[in-house]
Amino acid sequence: MTKGQTTHGILKDPTLLVAALMADGWRVIGPKVRDQAIVYEVLDQPDDLPRGLTDSQSGGLYRLEAGQPERWFDYVVGPHSWKKWLFPARQKLWTATRLADAGFEIEVSAIDWPKTVFFGVRACEIAAMTVQDRVFDNGMFRDAAYAARRADTLIVAVQCARSAETCFCASMNTGPGVDEGYDIALTELAGISGEILVTAGSDRGRAILAPLALPSATDGQIAAGPATTAAAAASQSRAMVPDIARVLREGLDHTNWEVVADACLSCGNCTLACPTCFCSDVEDVSDLSGDHAERWRSWDSCFSTDFSYVHGGAVRRSPKSQYRQWMTHKLSTWHDQFEMSGCVGCGRCITWCPVGIDITREAGTFAAHPHPAET
Amino acid sequence: MTVQPASLAADPMVPRRFRVDRAWSEIDGVRSMELRPLDSGPVAFEPGQFNMLYAFGVGEIAVSLSGDAAQRDRLVHTTRAVGEVSRAITQLNEGDMVGVRGPFGTAWPIARQTGRHAVFVAGGLGLAPLRPAIYHVLANRADFAGLTLIYGARSPQDLLYADEVARWKSRFDVEIEVTVDHAAPGWTGRVGVVTTVIDRALAGVDPALVSAFLCGPEIMMRYGVMSLEAAGVGQDRIWVSLERNMKCAIGFCGHCQFGPTFVCRDGPVYRHDQIAHLINKSEV
Ligand SMILES: Cc1cc2nc3c(=O)[nH]c(=O)nc-3n(C[C@H](O)[C@H](O)[C@H](O)COP(=O)(O)OP(=O)(O)OC[C@H]3O[C@@H](n4cnc5c(N)ncnc54)[C@H](O)[C@@H]3O)c2cc1C
Ligand code: SF4
Ligand code: SF4
Ligand code: FES
Repeated sequence: MTKGQTTHGILKDPTLLVAALMADGWRVIGPKVRDQAIVYEVLDQPDDLPRGLTDSQSGGLYRLEAGQPERWFDYVVGPHSWKKWLFPARQKLWTATRLADAGFEIEVSAIDWPKTVFFGVRACEIAAMTVQDRVFDNGMFRDAAYAARRADTLIVAVQCARSAETCFCASMNTGPGVDEGYDIALTELAGISGEILVTAGSDRGRAILAPLALPSATDGQIAAGPATTAAAAASQSRAMVPDIARVLREGLDHTNWEVVADACLSCGNCTLACPTCFCSDVEDVSDLSGDHAERWRSWDSCFSTDFSYVHGGAVRRSPKSQYRQWMTHKLSTWHDQFEMSGCVGCGRCITWCPVGIDITREAGTFAAHPHPAET
Repeated sequence: MTVQPASLAADPMVPRRFRVDRAWSEIDGVRSMELRPLDSGPVAFEPGQFNMLYAFGVGEIAVSLSGDAAQRDRLVHTTRAVGEVSRAITQLNEGDMVGVRGPFGTAWPIARQTGRHAVFVAGGLGLAPLRPAIYHVLANRADFAGLTLIYGARSPQDLLYADEVARWKSRFDVEIEVTVDHAAPGWTGRVGVVTTVIDRALAGVDPALVSAFLCGPEIMMRYGVMSLEAAGVGQDRIWVSLERNMKCAIGFCGHCQFGPTFVCRDGPVYRHDQIAHLINKSEV
C-alpha cells in the first residue's frame, strides 16, 4: 500500500484501528456521545466510537441527529476541543511545604501523560493545536507540561466529508482537508459507503499501520479524498472577512461594539469552547495547618471583570470593552503577537453562544461599515 | 549590561527562593526589603524590570525592582499594602523566605541615553521603578547632559525615599522638584500637580536634549506627556511604565494584554509613540 512517500490504504471499519492502538498500549482519546453531544473522552473499548450520527448546528443551537447509519464521521466538532487534554482546565503547577527555618521548599508537579493518541482530530483542530503550540512556546518562555503532552501524542486526523452550517474553516485556510500535523489521516469517502481512505503522515503513523496490512487504495479512491473535502468546503456558507485584522485595528471606536454588547451576556462560553483561547488564572491555596501550599492554574475568560482588575478597579468593565477585547484579540492582535490568526474557523463560539452571536456576521458588519465612530 | 533572561531558569512558572536580609518601613503602608538568593539563577536585572513575588500560601504579585542594578547580589523591592498579597509581602521580616520569579519585562533604556538630559517624572509609588534608572544616572552623571527629577505625591507624608531624595537634591549637578497635592503644616515646598511643575522645571532646558521617563498613575502620565510634548520633547524620547493585571509574567495567562502587546513582555516600559494611539482610549 505504498504510493511514493505517502502511504494510502483502505479501512472499512475504523474501530479496527482503535482496537489495534489499544492492543499496542495506547490510551485512545476520541469522540464519544455524552449528554447528546460529541465529546472527547478516553475510549474504553473500540465500540465507543459513535456511528451513524450527524449534527445540526447554528447560532446558539447544537443537535446531534441520526445520519446515514453506516457512516462514521458525519458529525463535526462539538463543545469540547483537544485543548482540555493538552491544556487542562485546571492543573496543579507546584506544591510548597513549610520548613522549620521560616522557609519553604517547592516541588514541581510531575506530568502524568501515558502514551496517548487523539483519535478523530479535525483539520481546524490541528490548526488550533498549532496556534497553542506557538502561544505556549513564545520565543522567550516554554510551557514544559504542554510541550511534553503535545510531543508524545499521536494524532489520528479525520478529514471532514461534511461541514456544519457554523463551519468556516475554508475561509481561514485551516480545513476541511488536513495538510500536515498528523500521523494518520482518515477520509470517509463521500458517496462510496464503507470506504475510509487511510493516509500515513509520519513514520510513527506508518509503523502503526503496517501490521494492519490494509488493502492498498486505488488511484480512484486516492483522488476521491480531496474531492470529498472540496465538496465540504464548497458547502460552507459562512466566511471570514479577508482583511479583518486591519478592519478591527482601525475600528476600536465603531458603534457596532455597543450593538453586540447589548446582546452579549458576558458569559464567556465562547472563550471556553474556543480551541485556541489560552487565558488562565492562578490560584494559591493552602491547607488548614498552613504548612502546605499549592499553586493551581485554570482557564479564565476575558469576559470576566476580574480579568483586568488592578487595584482601584478593572480596566475593562463594560461588556462592550470585553467583547471588543475578545474579538480583536482573536482576529487582529493575535497576528501581532503570534504571526497567525487566533481563529481557526471551527464555529464553536457561534454554536455555543446562548444568544447566537456570530463572529463572521459581526466581522462582516465591521467591514461593511468601517467608519461609524462613537461620539 | 547584559542580564540573563529568566527564561533560562529551569521552569519559568516556579519561584526561586530568596531570604529577606533586611526589611524596613518607608512611609505609611509601604515597606522595602532586601533579598538574597537561596537558589541558583540570575539576580541581576535592568532598571524598570519587575519580579513576581510570592508570599507563602497567600499568592504572587508583580513588584518592580527598586534597588541599584549595579549591586548584582541582592534585590530590593518596595511594596505598598493594598490587598491580600501585597499586605503579606509588607509583613515579611528579616529571615523570612519569599518566592521570586523574574526579572521580567522591558527596561528603561537609560544606558543608551548618554549625552542627554534625563528627566524623571514620578507620581507616588512610581518613584520606586524609576529609582534604579536614577541611580544609573547619578553614578554616571558625567555621561549625561543633565538630571531632573520631578516628583509628586498626595501629601508630604506620602513622599517616598524622602531622605534619599534630599541627599540627591544636595548635589549641585541634579535638579529636583518635589510637589504635593495637599500641603501639611510645616511644608514649605511646592503644592500642585506634577504637570504644573514640569513646565517650570524644563524652562531653560533644550527640549531636543531631553529623554523623559514617567511612572505613576495613568492620569498623571497622560498629563505629564502632554506637558512634555508642549515643551517640545518628542514622543519618541518619552518612556512610560504601565500596570495591568498579571498572573504569569511570561506571556501565558493573557491578563496583561494592552492592545497587541503583553505588558509583562512588551512592557511595562514602553516608548510613548508606540502606544500613543491606545493609551487615550478607554477600557483597552
Ligand atoms: C509591572 C508592575 C510593577 C509593579 N510594581 C509595584 C511596586 O513596585 N510596588 C507595589 O507596591 N506595587 C507594584 N505593582 C502593583 C502590584 O502588583 C499590586 O498592587 C498587587 O498586585 C496588588 O495585589 P493584592 O493581592 O495585594 O491586592 P488586590 O487588590 O486584592 O489584587 C488582587 C489581584 O489582582 C491583581 N492586581 C491588583 N492590582 C494590580 C496591579 N496594580 N497590577 C497588577 N496586578 C494587580 C493581582 O493579581 C492581585 O493578586 C506593580 C504592578 C505591575 C503590573
Ligand atoms: S473564535 Fe470561534 S470560530 Fe474561531 S477558533 Fe475560536 S471558537 Fe472557533
Ligand atoms: S471547521 Fe472545517 S475542519 Fe473544523 S469541523 Fe468544520 S468542516 Fe471540519
Ligand atoms: S502576565 Fe500573563 S500574559 Fe502577561
